[in-house]
Amino acid sequence: MLNTKNKSDRFIYHFNPEETEITMQTKNLEVYYGKSLAMHNADIQFQKNTITALIGPSGSGKSTYLRSLNRMNDDIATVKGQILYQGVDINQPKIDVYEVRRRIGMVFQRPNPFAKSIYGNITFALERRGVHDKRVLDEVVEKTLKQAAVWDQVKDNLHKSAQSLSGGQAQRVCIARALAVEPDVLLLDEPASALDPVSTQQLEQTLRELKKDYTIIIVTHNMQQAARLSDYTVFFNLGEAIEYNKTRKIFTRPKIELTDDYVSGNFG
Amino acid sequence: MNQTQKQSQIAILILRLIAAFVVLILAFLIGYIFITGLPNVSWKFLTSPAKAFTAGGGIGVQLFNSIYLLILAMIISLPIALGASIYLSEYAKDNWFTSMIRTAIEILSSLPSVVVGLFGFLLFVVQFNYGFSIISGALTLTIFNLPLLTRNIEESLASVSDDQRQGGLGLGLSKYETIVHIVVPAALPGIISGVILCSGRVFGEAAALIYTAGQSAPALNFGDWNPFNIDSPLSPLRPAETLAVHIWKINSEGIMPDLTKVSSGSAAVLVLAILIFNLSARYVGRKIFEKMTSMN
Repeated sequence: MLNTKNKSDRFIYHFNPEETEITMQTKNLEVYYGKSLAMHNADIQFQKNTITALIGPSGSGKSTYLRSLNRMNDDIATVKGQILYQGVDINQPKIDVYEVRRRIGMVFQRPNPFAKSIYGNITFALERRGVHDKRVLDEVVEKTLKQAAVWDQVKDNLHKSAQSLSGGQAQRVCIARALAVEPDVLLLDEPASALDPVSTQQLEQTLRELKKDYTIIIVTHNMQQAARLSDYTVFFNLGEAIEYNKTRKIFTRPKIELTDDYVSGNFG
Repeated sequence: MNQTQKQSQIAILILRLIAAFVVLILAFLIGYIFITGLPNVSWKFLTSPAKAFTAGGGIGVQLFNSIYLLILAMIISLPIALGASIYLSEYAKDNWFTSMIRTAIEILSSLPSVVVGLFGFLLFVVQFNYGFSIISGALTLTIFNLPLLTRNIEESLASVSDDQRQGGLGLGLSKYETIVHIVVPAALPGIISGVILCSGRVFGEAAALIYTAGQSAPALNFGDWNPFNIDSPLSPLRPAETLAVHIWKINSEGIMPDLTKVSSGSAAVLVLAILIFNLSARYVGRKIFEKMTSMN
């Protein structure tokens, strides 16, 4: 059960910046919904080309934290503190939030293809940015769909409505869509929660491949998924990061009792 | 069978009977109108002008007027309704101002159409000096149509999943781009169904037009499509009795010998048109959506 004695105890792993390339990190981040503090105490660094899983019970602040990273909380919550992306604090009014979201892409819980063709879904953001060269767009479509491992299944139907795809395929088209604007970081908010086990497995395989080119941060409810997939894991509880460490350590020798309770299924 | 099951079966039976009764009323009305009216409808009836004193008049001009007024009213009201509903559904915060707008729309939509018609008469016909004309009628129909259309479109926009908006913002698009290029297209089937349903209502409207578009249908020169000539079908300043007004007019003061034939024929055409509007609304919306999503 929840052990109140150790509640304030936290362990946050810190990289040595001399040896490790940090893509993103947060410092003194606090998120408020109205006046109530929803998330704080999460000074996390994300290493380049790794997968970091954010786990924790519902309402623990993990999704709130994730959505702050590309400023998707802008209209919903007040976010204080620093979000450093390649050394620049992107949580400032003068920062171009659209450019932030292009560099830090996001994939959502439910597959949300637009009411356009598969091709149109992927090229949409590029066309809005003024790319109209058919040859370039064709290349992007093929490249990103291959990266998202869905090319073979849809290559003959690129002009079919993306909303007619199955959940797993639609989610991978959504990943391809996010990749089309060439981000560095990919945020995924429980991307497999609406998928069947086979699609989930394929999605995980895809993410492992994508790790070579991107830094991936994924919120998941599924602890086996975090254990299988990620290099690092953050455990959130009651709006703060309780433990951040290598995934292997979180799941075998957690330093905090609360983490141990959670990963061994005693609460959550 | 125990007591509870019996009760529930009786309840279901009563509800079915009530539902059947509603369908029966509609079937009876439509059946009666069609059986008495359709035999009088011919190509000649649909295309020839009305006659005031002799038999054999048609509804050609009235039919054209109805369609032209509908199109004009939609051209005026659709952009306004679209703008208002985008504002209400996507931008408006939940405050006193927004709730005031909503209340205003509610009240406007519940105003009796004859009151809207008299208001149109005072404002457009008298004050603006447009006279009994197409333009007075179209503007009045806009007032009549706007609240319903706005609410219809707002509901279609609101029914688009928030995931779609998030998806747009997550790609680095602005809120405006997201609305125009993602939310509105996703809502298009609903918007089109709404427009068609509103069209049916506007098409059958009489009270709002009696004192605005007028009760006379002067002969039109269908060879002259210059809107600036007063006998051109497109002239916005000519009086234009519509089909619905025509039915009211001949029944209250018509003196032609084949009055009942013309009246029942007109009613059948009017009801048929409205039926087509209603039945096609969903189908057309879905077809357009399929077309739209599978290209580009």
